[in-house]
Amino acid sequence: MSSILVVQEARRDGSARIFQETLAAGRKLAALTGLPLEAAAVGDPNANIFREITGAPPSAGHAIRHPLLAAYTADGYVLAFEQLIRQLEPRYVLFPHTYQARDFVPRLAARFGQVLIGDVTAIETGPTFERQLFQGRINAAYRHTSDGPCFVSIQNGAFRADEPSGGTMPISEFLPAIEPAQIRIQPSDPFRESAQTVDLGSAQRIVCVGRGIKTADNMPLVEALAGALDAELAASRPICDNGWLPMERQVGSSGQTVAPKLYLAIGISGAIQHLVGMKGSQCIVAVNKDADAPIFEVANYGIVGDLFEVVPALTEAVKAAK
Amino acid sequence: MKIVVAIKQVPDRDAPIRIASAGKWIEEADLQWAMNEPDAYALEEALQLKEKHGGEVVVVSAGPERVATTIREALAKGADRAIHIVADDLGSRDALGVARLLAAAIQPENPDLVLTGLQSEDMGLGQTGVILAELLRLPHSTLILHVEKTDAGLRVKRELEEGWFQSIEMPLPAVLTMQSGGNKLRYATLMGIKRAKTKELRAVNAAELGAGPAPVVVLEQITLPKKQKSTQILSGSPKEAATALVEKLKTEARVL
Ligand SMILES: Cc1cc2nc3c(=O)[nH]c(=O)nc-3n(C[C@H](O)[C@H](O)[C@H](O)COP(=O)(O)OP(=O)(O)OC[C@H]3O[C@@H](n4cnc5c(N)ncnc54)[C@H](O)[C@@H]3O)c2cc1C
Ligand SMILES: Nc1ncnc2c1ncn2[C@@H]1O[C@H](COP(=O)(O)O)[C@@H](O)[C@H]1O
Repeated sequence: MSSILVVQEARRDGSARIFQETLAAGRKLAALTGLPLEAAAVGDPNANIFREITGAPPSAGHAIRHPLLAAYTADGYVLAFEQLIRQLEPRYVLFPHTYQARDFVPRLAARFGQVLIGDVTAIETGPTFERQLFQGRINAAYRHTSDGPCFVSIQNGAFRADEPSGGTMPISEFLPAIEPAQIRIQPSDPFRESAQTVDLGSAQRIVCVGRGIKTADNMPLVEALAGALDAELAASRPICDNGWLPMERQVGSSGQTVAPKLYLAIGISGAIQHLVGMKGSQCIVAVNKDADAPIFEVANYGIVGDLFEVVPALTEAVKAAK
Repeated sequence: MKIVVAIKQVPDRDAPIRIASAGKWIEEADLQWAMNEPDAYALEEALQLKEKHGGEVVVVSAGPERVATTIREALAKGADRAIHIVADDLGSRDALGVARLLAAAIQPENPDLVLTGLQSEDMGLGQTGVILAELLRLPHSTLILHVEKTDAGLRVKRELEEGWFQSIEMPLPAVLTMQSGGNKLRYATLMGIKRAKTKELRAVNAAELGAGPAPVVVLEQITLPKKQKSTQILSGSPKEAATALVEKLKTEARVL
């Protein structure tokens, strides 16, 4: 029970930054507890994952290698990390809160009689771990009260990655024992549904509509606003789930990431899975009837009101200003 | 196929959330309650699998008396019977504690498939289904949009980040956590609502399922989020606010 182990996810495009953020969270925890930092990942010791360390390098790196880990499976990863953790006996194990972590870490933790403190946004003295409840409407502070290792996953964008340091980290290989029969599921390679025909990523202006629009019949309201602004129309997930707009117009963690000059969020609450896809926008405007909606936390301008009154007024105002 | 669906009752999405005076939990007194959205999709998938392959759909829900209304809703939509784990103290259990209750109720059923939602809208833990799989010693997969029965077991469609998917082959029995949006949800018919009243809804006391060990993680305090950015709120009538906003976007933010 002597270290903080920060785990990196096997290479996926764009996963370096969230690992670096998780390292930064690990350093915060190290400062609070005085424990040393170590890093682990599934892969070759020469793999990029171990070169993407920013800030002061961890005191040790562990490269987990096994042919049965070539493709990610929860079964394989739970076995491998269980063995590594039993050997290293870390006090804390930190993961980036990715789909992969969600898939296997709760099971890994349960094997140690532990639960994951998931999707953590801050670490404070105690240590206490903050996470959101009610889709971002409430913050909660959690404390770990057992002797076993404490499993934590870190929310995308919650910690600021340190600058590259150029330091190196001694890396050792860890070879877990895994039998083919222990891997019960067979994943295929990732695929995309269809060719993307709209590139929201390069749009200058986006009008994004959420569940506040209530029914498909009301969509012309936001179409008119997008038309007046010469903007692309996009939506939160429930709108695309309902088929009111095609999925390629969905903004968020399971949709597109956008960063236009102007982003108008109409009737969107601002759940984290939505925010990660748009908070890089230059100017964010939110229209919502709930003054406490989390979307206002990232908005530059806001109108608290009924979108059925505000949106037509906005369309008129835009036209009048032309 | 015998399918168990774990369904959680959560505060209605539009319900105002207020922090109770002790700062440990929210005021529950005047809340309206609803079925957790991904659980509604899990139920839909189960009902469709039953329609195709026959079998039985059993709903399991843990919570106080009030969750019976959500259970009835599931029965009205077409579930065959239900188990209500009556527990007033879910708040003092961690995810492992809740999963242990569910596992104790599910184990004797010997289901072919267990479906849960991927995440609850109130706690947002996203863990209970995965822990359940570990406790039941079954293979699992998460973020599932579609389930297809094959000769060897299942082929499922799993969502990945940024619009990617993957297909997974797995044996039965298994546990899946369902993502929203894979199906169109059905409404309960009048006939369904009538029939639900005659369906079996067995209540089991949480205490009868064995007291779990103490929680390893405790919620110490809840607070309202701190504002990170200073948001300019434009007030006045819709027309005034709209005009003021367009002016700001032009001259201050310079994005028009
Ligand atoms: C793994 C995972 C991946 C996800 N990926 C994504 C993703 O890529 N993109 C995404 O968007 N979501 C995603 N989600 C879902 C996300 O968690 C939220 O559920 C979703 O973003 C909510 O959409 P919404 O804001 O439109 O709806 P709601 O949360 O229901 O919010 C509706 C808002 O409209 C307001 N409103 C209602 N009526 C009016 C009115 N008349 N006038 C003004 N305002 C009104 C309400 O106050 C409320 O704030 C994902 C979830 C998970 C678990
Ligand atoms: N009290 C409960 N009763 C029944 N099912 C539950 C309960 N709590 C969680 N679940 C199931 O576990 C899923 C994930 O919940 P959570 O881990 O809280 O995000 C939910 O979508 C439900 O299917």
